[in-house]
Amino acid sequence: MIVEIGHFALVLALAAALAQTVVPFWGARVGDDGLMAVGRNAALIQFALIAVAFAALVNAHLASDFSVLNVAENSNSAMPAIYKIAGVWGNHEGSMLLWVLILAIFGALVALFGRGLPRMLRADALAVQGLISLAFLAFILLTSNPFERLMPAPFEGRDLNPILQDPGLAIHPPLLYLGYVGFSIVFSFAAAALIEGRIDAAWARFVRPFTLVAWSFLTIGIAAGSFWAYYTLGWGGFWFWDPVENASLMPWLAGTAFLHSVAVMEKRDALKVWTIFLAILAFSFSLLGTFLVRSGVLTSVHAFANDPRRGVFILAILAMFICGSFALFAWRAPMLKQGGLFAPVSREGALVVNNLLLTTACATVLFGTLYPLGLEQLTGEKITVGAPFFNLTAGALLLTACFAAPFGFSLAWKRGDLLGVAQRLTLALVVGAATAIAGAAWLGGRSIFAPLAMGLGVFVILGALIEVVMRAWRPGLGAGMALKRALGLPLSFYGGALAHLGVGVTLLGLSGLGFGAETIATLHKGAPVEVGPYSVTLNSVEQRVGPNYTEAVAPMTVRSGGVAVAEIAPARRQFASREMTTTEAGLKTLHFGQIYVAIADPAADGTVPARLYWKPLVTLIWLGAAAMALGGALSLADRRLRFGAAVRARAGARPLAQPAQ
Amino acid sequence: MTRRGRRLALIALSLAVVGVAVGLGLYAMSDSIVFFYSPSEVIQKADRPGERLRVGGLVKAGSVVKSADERVAFVVTDGAHDLKVAYRGLLPDLFREGQGVVAEGVLTAPGEMRADTILAKHDERYMPREVVEALKKQGRWREGEAVARP
Repeated sequence: MIVEIGHFALVLALAAALAQTVVPFWGARVGDDGLMAVGRNAALIQFALIAVAFAALVNAHLASDFSVLNVAENSNSAMPAIYKIAGVWGNHEGSMLLWVLILAIFGALVALFGRGLPRMLRADALAVQGLISLAFLAFILLTSNPFERLMPAPFEGRDLNPILQDPGLAIHPPLLYLGYVGFSIVFSFAAAALIEGRIDAAWARFVRPFTLVAWSFLTIGIAAGSFWAYYTLGWGGFWFWDPVENASLMPWLAGTAFLHSVAVMEKRDALKVWTIFLAILAFSFSLLGTFLVRSGVLTSVHAFANDPRRGVFILAILAMFICGSFALFAWRAPMLKQGGLFAPVSREGALVVNNLLLTTACATVLFGTLYPLGLEQLTGEKITVGAPFFNLTAGALLLTACFAAPFGFSLAWKRGDLLGVAQRLTLALVVGAATAIAGAAWLGGRSIFAPLAMGLGVFVILGALIEVVMRAWRPGLGAGMALKRALGLPLSFYGGALAHLGVGVTLLGLSGLGFGAETIATLHKGAPVEVGPYSVTLNSVEQRVGPNYTEAVAPMTVRSGGVAVAEIAPARRQFASREMTTTEAGLKTLHFGQIYVAIADPAADGTVPARLYWKPLVTLIWLGAAAMALGGALSLADRRLRFGAAVRARAGARPLAQPAQ
Repeated sequence: MTRRGRRLALIALSLAVVGVAVGLGLYAMSDSIVFFYSPSEVIQKADRPGERLRVGGLVKAGSVVKSADERVAFVVTDGAHDLKVAYRGLLPDLFREGQGVVAEGVLTAPGEMRADTILAKHDERYMPREVVEALKKQGRWREGEAVARP
């Protein structure tokens, strides 16, 4: 019964989405406040209905109701409750439901907190958001119904793919979707601005909080996915330039570019057309990613379904929104008014360089991802574009962008002084270069990337810190006064500094790649094996029984110079319900680096084949991403960016004619 | 600087960045693209030792030989032709005789390769799509046997 309520709620949500699309749009055209206000209520109702549907599906999974096809195929009564819940989005239908739920959350956020917005802009943005909802709700109801019943119901479910039975499934998809889908609202605002043919600095102020939310979640979501792949796949790799990863990286690159250009627009009223273009681009990449991952054109652990109708349907949605928005852009963008002037050497100029590098990097990733697919369709020839391609193209462009980042961050708006900035950054430049040279000498020329990334990381971190100090302190200023000035700096400035610092930290983590060690060995009980500065000794091999698996665990001791520093327990898990084995790596963090041991099935004589890695600084890769996301959150907390604050301040000055709901 | 001058500078800068990207891309394309072949196609098309490729097929039953230091040798077959693969390292969790596998590495001699990456399926229901297609080409695929994709 609850399942049918969920299904019914989803159908009603489709109706609400239709109302949200048509009524406020019409209201905005004829200038009817009442019709425009419908958008707000429809968005809230739609959100409530989708939340009911989602709760119904979660309930079915928790209760192990195997009369629901989705539950029977992807769940099992022996699974721990956390995986029963996470299993809701560990399959195609459920993950699409999560997709629309997040879409509706963002629609509801605009409805709730968008009081300070011009009424027409809000009505049009909600209408576009409703249209996206409409398309995806139709997709779910017509091709991927999660509430389909199974007759007769089996006694036991098929179990969730053991690779997905990991806390990562509870964390990575929701975060990633909050980012991915969050760009929909930016897209909706861009489309609304184009429909009205008017855009200004105020628009940038409305959109920036949503962008920060989406961007921060996307950053942390990608990092979570990368960390999950790192510890679960047993190869010690954290980024494979796999098309599915690229699908999430492209919106991130476009979104990062947008975040920077929208700052120019907000502060200087410039780069308007370009900013709108990026807003459309970021969400187009989100849609493209959804298509690549969900349609089955790619082969990966993320591809669950292979019903060809789904691929065609998503492709149609993709074509509609991308072609539609770019057509609108081509038609309306020339009418937008030109913005302010700035000198090439200025904060604005630096942000243009940042945008150029990021979007070009994004284009190379797009090319490398789609080229094999296109070639296969055209010639039947199957190829893979490997990591070297992406490292050389996108990697080189992004490293250049990282080098430019501290300069841009220190330049003044409108007209900057490059020489002055270079003088300020002298310390960072010198220390960074010294680090790179020392690293290269240490490695003896074995890697160019590692010392370069390390020097660059140090430069970016110091560059961010120097700017913070320079803003607060001038020579001759007392410590107390400097502290007072530092406290007076806007939070969004600290957010930017922290995000840049995070980029530097991630670079340092990446540079650790060149300094690591790896070995493949057959471990004998009591015989130590060297890996980097550590030695690893196998203690025993034990059989254990988990809730829905059995595992062979190989406890080991990690020693440094004869002193035991850690105990690790890599394992092989055997899942009976799917006859599958997974590898649980043994991990231990030591000074930001990690000892990483993955084992194969223990042999009959008690020996264990293993891959052992020493990965110095590797945790910094994800800590850096966390710092970037935190930087986004900090900017978001800046009171100047809050709608409410703006409204209160203005309301004090002159009463606003608010529509009476 | 005038609006026109500024615009020209911007266009020049964009062209420079795009030009560099295209140059890097073309350079990278020349040696980082890997072709995917079935064992039969390897025999027909790729006979140059040192060529990097990806081969997909089934692990021939009874062909897996493990020796010291985690060295493994096995035969990948598409039913019509065989290819010997040598590999050092841990095999993926779902590597089994008679099951689909994708090996990436370098051709050492005609009909032999040294693999540095071995991919098997992620899930018992799936088989690498490339393998399915390689088998279909040889007419060795029975529909309904397994569903594609790792």
